[in-house]
Amino acid sequence: MSLVTATIRRDLLLAARNPGEWLNPLMFFLMVVALFPLAVDPDPKFLARIAGGVIWVAALLATLLSLDALYKADVDDGTLEQWLASGESLYLLALGKALVHWLCSGLPLTIMAPVLGLMMALPNDAYWAMLLSLLIGTPILSLLGSVGAALTAGVRSGGLLLSLLILPMYVPVLIFAASAVYHAGLGMTYNGQIGFLGAMLALAVCLTPFAAAAALKLNLSR
Amino acid sequence: MLDRYDNNSVSLSATDLYCERDDRVLFESLSFAVGNGDLLQLAGPNGAGKTTLLRLLAGLNREYEGDVSWQGEALQDVFAEYAACRLYLGHLAGIKRALTPIENLRWLVSPWQAEAGIDDEQLWQALEQVELGGYEETPCNQLSAGQQRRVGLARLDVIPAPLWILDEPFTALDVYGVEWLEQRILQHINRNGAVIITSHHALQNIPSLQRLDLGALMANRRGGAA
Amino acid sequence: MWQWLVRLYHRLGSPKWFYELTSGWIFWLALVSVIGTVIGLTLGLLYAPADYLQGNSFRIIYIHVPAAIVAQSGFVMMAVAGAVFLIWRMKMAAWVARAIAPIGASMCLISLFTGAIWGKPTWGTWWVWDARLTSMLMLLFLYFGVMALQRAIESEEASHKAGAILSLVGLVNIPIIKYSVEWWNTLHQPATLKLTEKPSMAPDMLWPLLIMIVTTYVFFALLVILRTRNEILWQERKRSWVQQLPEMAGGKR
Repeated sequence: MSLVTATIRRDLLLAARNPGEWLNPLMFFLMVVALFPLAVDPDPKFLARIAGGVIWVAALLATLLSLDALYKADVDDGTLEQWLASGESLYLLALGKALVHWLCSGLPLTIMAPVLGLMMALPNDAYWAMLLSLLIGTPILSLLGSVGAALTAGVRSGGLLLSLLILPMYVPVLIFAASAVYHAGLGMTYNGQIGFLGAMLALAVCLTPFAAAAALKLNLSR
Repeated sequence: MLDRYDNNSVSLSATDLYCERDDRVLFESLSFAVGNGDLLQLAGPNGAGKTTLLRLLAGLNREYEGDVSWQGEALQDVFAEYAACRLYLGHLAGIKRALTPIENLRWLVSPWQAEAGIDDEQLWQALEQVELGGYEETPCNQLSAGQQRRVGLARLDVIPAPLWILDEPFTALDVYGVEWLEQRILQHINRNGAVIITSHHALQNIPSLQRLDLGALMANRRGGAA
Repeated sequence: MWQWLVRLYHRLGSPKWFYELTSGWIFWLALVSVIGTVIGLTLGLLYAPADYLQGNSFRIIYIHVPAAIVAQSGFVMMAVAGAVFLIWRMKMAAWVARAIAPIGASMCLISLFTGAIWGKPTWGTWWVWDARLTSMLMLLFLYFGVMALQRAIESEEASHKAGAILSLVGLVNIPIIKYSVEWWNTLHQPATLKLTEKPSMAPDMLWPLLIMIVTTYVFFALLVILRTRNEILWQERKRSWVQQLPEMAGGKR
């Protein structure tokens, strides 16, 4: 077993031991969505219009919340040092870490989203679009976010900083994903948006692990 | 249980190293070589650059001038081969506190596992050796600091790397732990392995011990220059 | 040719060389900035004809557009300087990159501010989610991110590298953000009157704009050079060449 697979296994095991780490962002996701009808208007017609956008904004914030811890513990406990000492590809490691993050945040968010769709009176036609956009879009959030997490891993109170760095980069994902859900709700096609999300995912898989790997090395020379 | 290492399996040499930190020269024109059977102890006061030099030799720190070579080739060019032959134990061991010693050890040996054919049986034995028998399935956050250190040290029994690079390995160990580790280092040297170590601990029982005192080195340089 | 390039590279890497070289430039850059601004604004505000749709309010273009262009190319320059630092470890490049960040962000702010002022007479409101304004807002956020990250990391070396990595990631992202914002804008009933959407400008209108764009670039260069020189003095304050500078004499005890 190589270090990469061992790390993926170990991180999944850690997530199983500390379920709070991935459950808390999920509850946050639920609560943020619940605020919108309270704050704005519970009228189902209105909610149906904003459902896709609200669910996506909440998913994005929940992802950011869980990203902070992605590399912090690894920097603090010497795991990072062992990675660098092993001489194994940091690109693969960064990709593996992003995968674990997605399994613990994006995937449960996607699974939970239909419930929120009910609460937000999401039009029936939009459910597949929402699931599909989350399934393709949330890995991009994990990948891009892992760059920010690697950059801020050594910074005290890096969580807020991480959000500042990464939120502007999430804008394209948000635009296309929310628009896919919205258009599906109107009964229009949304292939273009999903296609664009797919292209961004391919780009993110290719490029972001390099940036994350380069950023990880910075945390060593303290 | 493990055989002797071949001659010439360890050949690490440093030539004309220069390193500065925050406009302060830590060491300069520093040259030495480490081969089979050598034990090199880096000594010096706090801030003398022991850990910096150790990490430089481990290939973790690239902010230096001069050459470090492994088997005659630049360290960075043969880093994968080098990484397979040296075991680096940092100040932090890479232990996850929520996991048990055996789970942690599985992760720690994973880069070597396939090649060296390390199986779980060996890992259980190694934990037994560092007196963690009976604690194998207890999460590390319920273990003492010394016991957590031992999880990291258990690797020494399993990973077949001829060169060990150890940063303050005696920290937090009790008398028995210190004795065990000294024995382990001696055994490694006798098996023709090599060890580079930073430690305030006096390693007396090992005849081939070389000391490199960074503090004295720089003091001499300054004295010589004045 | 190659040798010349290598020599140039080594020289560029030397703070002392850069400092001495640019000492003579500051006056001329400042002069060009002042003269260019006077000529450009005089032509633009007094002599250019009024726009047939927007009347006189379009004249803010002579500030708005140059600031927006320089803010965008400033980010590119910052990322390129960061890349030079990452690849060749040239410290000077890191200092230049750090010098650019707040200036680029200020240009961004200027273009957003003038955009808002322009929006009031054009759309009757200070802010409309116009594609260009939204893109500029995102660019401002990216600048803020780079600056915040550089400030947050204590180790000098690591903070330069982190800033460089982030600006490179941002650079890859900017076209994607721009495209997505433009696409989003076309969906949501774009403002009927777009700022700066002129297929052909009358030469009387265009000339002052070109002058102002060039002038703003010169002004930007002046600010970057001044900030970089400051950084050089601070970083090299212990070196003898800095302490022997005439301008440092006052600071000596």
